[in-house]
Order: sequence, then C-alpha cells, then structure tokens
Amino acid sequence: MALTIVLSCVAVLLGTSALAVAGARSSLTSFFVYGVALAAGACALGAAGAMLVIAPGSAQTAQLPIGLPWLGAHFRLDALAALFLVVINLGSFTSSLYGLGYGRHESSPGRVLPFFPAFLAGMNLVVLADDAFTFLLTWEFMSLTSWALVMAHHRERDNARAGYIYLIMASFGTLALLLTFGLLAGPNGGYAFDAIRATTPSAGLSAAVLTLALIGAGSKAGLVPLHVWLPLAHPAAPSHVSALMSGVMTKVAVYGFVRIVFDLLGPPQWWWGAVVLTLGGISAVLGVLYALMQHDLKRLLAYHTVENIGIIFIGLGLALAFRANDMRAAAALALTAALFHVFNHSVFKSLLFFGAGAVLGATGERDMEHLGGLIHRMPLTAIAFLAGSTAISALPPFNGFVSEWLTFQAILLSPQLPQWLLKFIVPAAGAMLALSAALAAGCFVKAFGATFLGRPRRSVAQNAQETDAWSLAAMFILVLLCLVAGILPGYFIDALAPVTQLLLDARLAPQAQLRWLTIVPIAASRSSYNGLLLFVLVAAAGWLGAYVIHRWASHALRRAAAWDCGFPDARPVTQYTAGSFAQPIRRVFGGFAFRAHEQVYIPPPGQIQPAQFHLSMRDLVWDVLYAPIEGVVNFAADRLNQVQSWTIRAYLTMVFGSVVLLLMVLAVWH
Amino acid sequence: MDRLALDVAHLFAGGLVLVSFMLLYQDRMFGLLNIFALHALVVSLSVAWQAHIQSAPHLYITAGIALVVKAIIIPVALRRIIVRLGIHRTIDTVGGIGQTMLAGIGLVALSIMVMLPITAEAGTLTREDLAFSLSVILLGLLMMISRRNAVSQIIGFMSIENGLILAATAAKGMPLVVEISVAFSIVIALIVIGIFLFRIRENFDTMDVHALERFRGGQP
Repeated sequence: MALTIVLSCVAVLLGTSALAVAGARSSLTSFFVYGVALAAGACALGAAGAMLVIAPGSAQTAQLPIGLPWLGAHFRLDALAALFLVVINLGSFTSSLYGLGYGRHESSPGRVLPFFPAFLAGMNLVVLADDAFTFLLTWEFMSLTSWALVMAHHRERDNARAGYIYLIMASFGTLALLLTFGLLAGPNGGYAFDAIRATTPSAGLSAAVLTLALIGAGSKAGLVPLHVWLPLAHPAAPSHVSALMSGVMTKVAVYGFVRIVFDLLGPPQWWWGAVVLTLGGISAVLGVLYALMQHDLKRLLAYHTVENIGIIFIGLGLALAFRANDMRAAAALALTAALFHVFNHSVFKSLLFFGAGAVLGATGERDMEHLGGLIHRMPLTAIAFLAGSTAISALPPFNGFVSEWLTFQAILLSPQLPQWLLKFIVPAAGAMLALSAALAAGCFVKAFGATFLGRPRRSVAQNAQETDAWSLAAMFILVLLCLVAGILPGYFIDALAPVTQLLLDARLAPQAQLRWLTIVPIAASRSSYNGLLLFVLVAAAGWLGAYVIHRWASHALRRAAAWDCGFPDARPVTQYTAGSFAQPIRRVFGGFAFRAHEQVYIPPPGQIQPAQFHLSMRDLVWDVLYAPIEGVVNFAADRLNQVQSWTIRAYLTMVFGSVVLLLMVLAVWH
Repeated sequence: MDRLALDVAHLFAGGLVLVSFMLLYQDRMFGLLNIFALHALVVSLSVAWQAHIQSAPHLYITAGIALVVKAIIIPVALRRIIVRLGIHRTIDTVGGIGQTMLAGIGLVALSIMVMLPITAEAGTLTREDLAFSLSVILLGLLMMISRRNAVSQIIGFMSIENGLILAATAAKGMPLVVEISVAFSIVIALIVIGIFLFRIRENFDTMDVHALERFRGGQP
C-alpha cells in the first residue's frame, strides 16, 4: 500500500515535470509545480512514515514493466528505504513550500520548473530500486536532473565550471557504482538485489566492492577527497534546490553506501570499519576547516555538508567495526547514531540553506563581508537561522547534539574492540569529531555574526526586507522539527530500531517508555541524556537571567556617554569581519591544509600609500590529487590533437601498425 | 579424393598469396590492373573449387560474381578511367620495392604464426585457408600504405576484399545473401572511388594523393 502511494506520487511528479515543460512561460506554472510537489511530498512522507511506525518489519515489492525488456523494474520498500523516503520527502515537502515563495522571483523559471519535480522523483526511485539496473538508471537520472538545476543560472560566473566538474564527478561515481554492481552480481549476472543478497563474495572481491562503493557513493555524498564538486555545485543551484542537494541528495548517497555495504555485501571484515572511520574523520575536520575559510554563505553551508557527511561515515565505520566483531548492540548504537544524524542533518541543513536563500533573495548577496545587521531587517529569518546554527553546532537542546552525542557514546565503547589498529583509530576519530564540532560552532558564530549582527556593510543589507510567508513557514516547520527531535529523541531513536534490526539483527533498547523522556543508549550507569530537562533548564535559566537583569539592573539610573561597542569610528568597515574572525584558525591550521600565505606591506615612513594585506590560499586536495590528473588529460589531449591533421595514408599506417602489433602480441602469447 | 581436394584448395589459396606479392611488386599501372584481374580469377577459381568440394552450389554464384565483377568489369572500368584521364602510368612508392617485399614476407610469416596455433581445433582446410587469407589481407593493407597513387590504393582495397572472400568460403556455411551484399558494396565502392578519381583529377591535375594531403594542410 505504502509502496503504491509512493510510486503514484513519483508518477505524478514525473507528469508535472512534463507539464512544466509545456507551460514554462506561464506565470501560474511556478505555483502549480510547487503545489503539486508539495502535495506529492506530503503524501509520500505520510505513507513512508506510517510504514516506518506501523508495520516496520514488513517489506513490500512491486514490479513494473518498464526499463529493460523481459526484466522490468523491481521496487521494494523496507524499513531502510522507508527511513530514507521520510528524509527525502520531508526535504521535498519543505523545499516545495519554500519554493512557492522563493520561486516567484526566479529569473529563468523554464530552466528550474521542469527539472525540480523530476529531481524529486529520481531521488525517491533510487531508494525504492530493488535491482542494480533500476538503481543505476535512477541514480543517473537523479544526477542529471540535479546537474540541470545547477546549470539553471549558467550565465553567472563560475556556474558553468561548477556544472562541468559536477558532471565529471557524477559520471565517475556512477561508473564506480556500475563496477560495484558488476562485481556483486558475479559471473551469473543476477542483478536483482535478492540474488545479490543470496551470494557471499570472496574476501578480495568484497574489498574491491567496498572500495568502489566508497568511491561511487562517496563522490556523491562529498567524502574527502571526492568532495571537490560539492562546494561548487551546491551553491550554484537556486536556494531551495541547494537545500535539496545538500540536505537530501547526499543522504541518498549515504543510502546507496548503506544498502551496498550493510545489506548486499554480506558480513564485514574489521578493517572496513577502519577505512570508513578514517575517511569520515578526515572529511569531518577538513570540511569544517574549509568552511571556516569561506565567506560565501552558501558555499560555507556546502562545506559543512562535507563535515556532516564525515560525521555520518564515522558512525557507519563504527557500526562496521562492531558488526565485524559481532558486538551487535554496539553496532546498533553506532548505526542508530549515523542514521539519526542523517535525519538531523537533512533537517537543519535545509533550514540553513532556506535562511541563506532568504538572505540572498532580500539582498542579492552571498558574501558575508557585504552583509551585516540583518537581524533588524529580517528578524524571523534571523531567529530561524540561529536555531539552525545552534543545531548544526551540536548544542543542546537541539537535534544535532543528540546524534553527535550518540556517536560519542559508540566511540566510548571502542576499548572493547579486540583489534589494536581499531583501538588507536577510533579514539583518533573521536578527537576529530570533537574538533570538528567545536570548529563548526566557531564557524557558525562567524556566519551568524557577520550576516545578521553588527551593522550593515552595504546598502543592500541596509534596505533588506523580510522574506515571504511561504518561506518563513517552511523554515519554522524545520525549526520546530529541530527542537522536537532534540527534546524528544527517544521517539526518533525508536523509529530507527526496525532499520538496525533489518541490517544488524539488533536494536537499541526502547527509549520512549523511559521515565521523564530520558534516553539511555547503553546502560543508565554509563550515560543518559534528557533533552526535555535540558530544554527546561536552558529556558528557565534564560528567563531567570532576563528577569533578574530587568528587575534590578535596569532601574539603576546612570548618565554617561553611549557605549560605542568598541569601535569609536562609526563607519561599518571598521567592524569585526568574517575574515578577521577566521584568522586565528587560519594561522593554526591553514599553513598545512591550505598553504595559506599572508603578506603584509607597510609603507615606509613618509610614504602616503595605504598599507596592504595579501592572503593566498591553495586547495591541498586539488593540488595533490586533481591537478596532476588534469595535467595528464590535457597533455594527452594536446598530443591527440595532432592526430587530427594526419593524412589518410598516415591513418591507414596507424591502423595497419596496430593490427600487426596486436597480431604479434597474439602470436607471442600462445 | 580428400587428399587431392585439399591440395588443390591449397594450391589456389597459396596462388592467391603469390599473386598478392606480384601486386606488391608491380609498379606500372596497366600491369597492376592485369595482375588484379588475375587475383580475382584465382579467387573465383578457389571459391568454385570450394563449391565443388563442399557441395555448396550457392558458392558457384559467389565465384561467378567474383569472376564477372572483379576480374572483368572493374579492371576494364579502371583501365578506361586511366586512359580517359591520361594518368601517369608509373606508380610512386614509399620506400623501395625490395623493402616492401621483405615486409610482406614478414607479414605472411606472422599470419601463419598467429593462425595455426589459434585454430588448432578447426579442420586442416579451414586452418591453412585462414592463414593464407590473413596474409592476403595484410598484404593488401601494406599495398595501400606503401603506394602514393589513388588507383593502386583502390586495387589494394579490392585485394583485401578478395582475401575476406577466401576466408569466408573456407569456413563452411556462409549465406549467399552476405556474399551478394559484399559484392554489391564493392561495386558501389568502385563507383564512389571512380567519381573520387575524376574529382581529384579535375581539381589537382594529378592522381598523386600527396596533392590532397598538401591541400588539407597536413604535414608535407
């Protein structure tokens, strides 16, 4: 039933996409497309959510006569798929709601409207696919539609390059997944997931599958060092699409990884966990460091996606390590933490991109160094953005804290692991997680402070208007979800139990029945967390503080010059900037990770030219990994270019020479 | 009977390789056409013999097509073109004739070395015919790249096609329709190449493909 509903929603979305092509010029189309996407998202969300809550253990299958002849397309809805359907459709529901307002200002609706519902449909189908062919086809469909959305504003500077790099990386990732499924299916070519599940590949083969799955899904999710396209492509799309790509599409990639490695591949080896953990830890730290160096609001958020994907992969790596050592309860804890973070990140990352989109819509600026003081002009957006920032910085009582706390609980179980390598790596990953959480908090102090606090640095920020009601509604739904998931995490953890039951044959103890809504992941003697209590405490302390100050402090009358907030020169350029905020961190980490190089020029006494400050930064990953590849490809292309002006006889000679060469190889071979 | 049949088939196939060497050696235009006619004659004899020993009457049609089209129509047509265009009657070669012949011998050795071990399971007839036909194909390619003249490139191309027919008839059971379509495509190729020759001649006053290369701006 739920599967039928979701598939019908997908069909409706695809139909809407076709209609939007026809009606791209009409002004009503925008309203129509986002309205239908909103309704379809709500239906699918309801169906998948109901499935996860009411009948979690069951699985529904369907077969449609489309795709390859005689094979058809297989679809299956189980607990894992239902969970990711909830994430996807929550994202599509809120971004459609946001799009109702935001999409009215779209300069080229004909480039966005047809692809938006198709993109949503593609993501839904990937999660439902039950054979390798359908999976790859829908995966590529999702990639291509999102690419089209990235290229919506293709005339803007850098967008074409972003689209180009995204296209290359997406094709590369799909190629890796194609090989993954080729290896999984084996020589008999059983491409249905049932057939793949039934076979257990050899150790070498599963290592190859793990590597390819990490490359394929990791390049879509944005795992370092395959993340280079993500901070270029995500900000280039319209903001509600950025929210979908960053908040939701990366989760579809995580789904692909979980489906392949936890479900299809068979029992894991312990070192898989070490590999995944290491990659996750590196992604978490590098992602947030990159984000700290960014002053473009949307690009900063995109780099934070890299960080959060790293956190999710830390959880997945822990789950693999525990599962390989048959510590099922610990594995269930780690996987629950990862999946809960999947949900949480999709919620607050969408919220933050909506906020960035509202700022962009109101000011036309993404560079924080040009913004400032927006809390006076856009108070509601500022509140929503602050809530999202608190959540992503893993501060209680919001939801980001709970999932990162659960990840730490799993990390603290690592001394029980027998392998020495894991005993070293897991605490190191824990340290990286702690570092990235702290740096993320610093980064959002910078982002919120530079954008919303202080005084406007440009006139566009001074004249900004609060965004429309649709967008605000979308944002505040997400704020509410952040808060609810942070205060009442027990219900969410219990909803994840069928997924861990499906993948690991174990689950966390039920949390919702515990007294006072406490969550106790392992044992009450070890650790527990009560979001509600903490929320009450924070609220009471805040109220009490405010009350005390207003009751006693403000009545004391004192005449003095108004405090100038530390900058007596009243011009806005003298304010503390985002760049100055990030400088200490850049001094600590930037020398290695970014080859940051600062140059200060102070004119000698008597000269009147201004002092100058130059900062140059290089992307280490790009320089080490991608620049050589680019060089080799360019070199080969230049050489091959000369072939084009060869004579006919030279072509024939080349053909003849290669035929003779191959025949010689054949003769020697035998 | 079997022994004799095999020997005669080998005689024709080996004769074809020999005639290919003659093509390679020839540096006069009309001589080249005559030897190509001989090449086609040997192919049609070989195919006819195969038709006889395999009791496959449709191969007689193949042999007939080869005889009529390649041994008679194409040489005559090319001769008329050459006369009408007043083409220079000697052929420029790339590298000396002797070196080309040595390379050709190497190619025959290579094709025998490749074919005999690979086709160990096939019948004797098929094996050696395949080796011979691969030699003919490689010699035709060698001829195409070692001549600067467009007419001799056409002859090289057609001798490659003869080698393919030899290979195809040695393997039992090639359908007639394939053979007819191949023959038809050869006729089309002749027409296209004939027009091509006229065009070169009109535009460049020479039959040397070198002129085309200069015109295209490639390396001299």
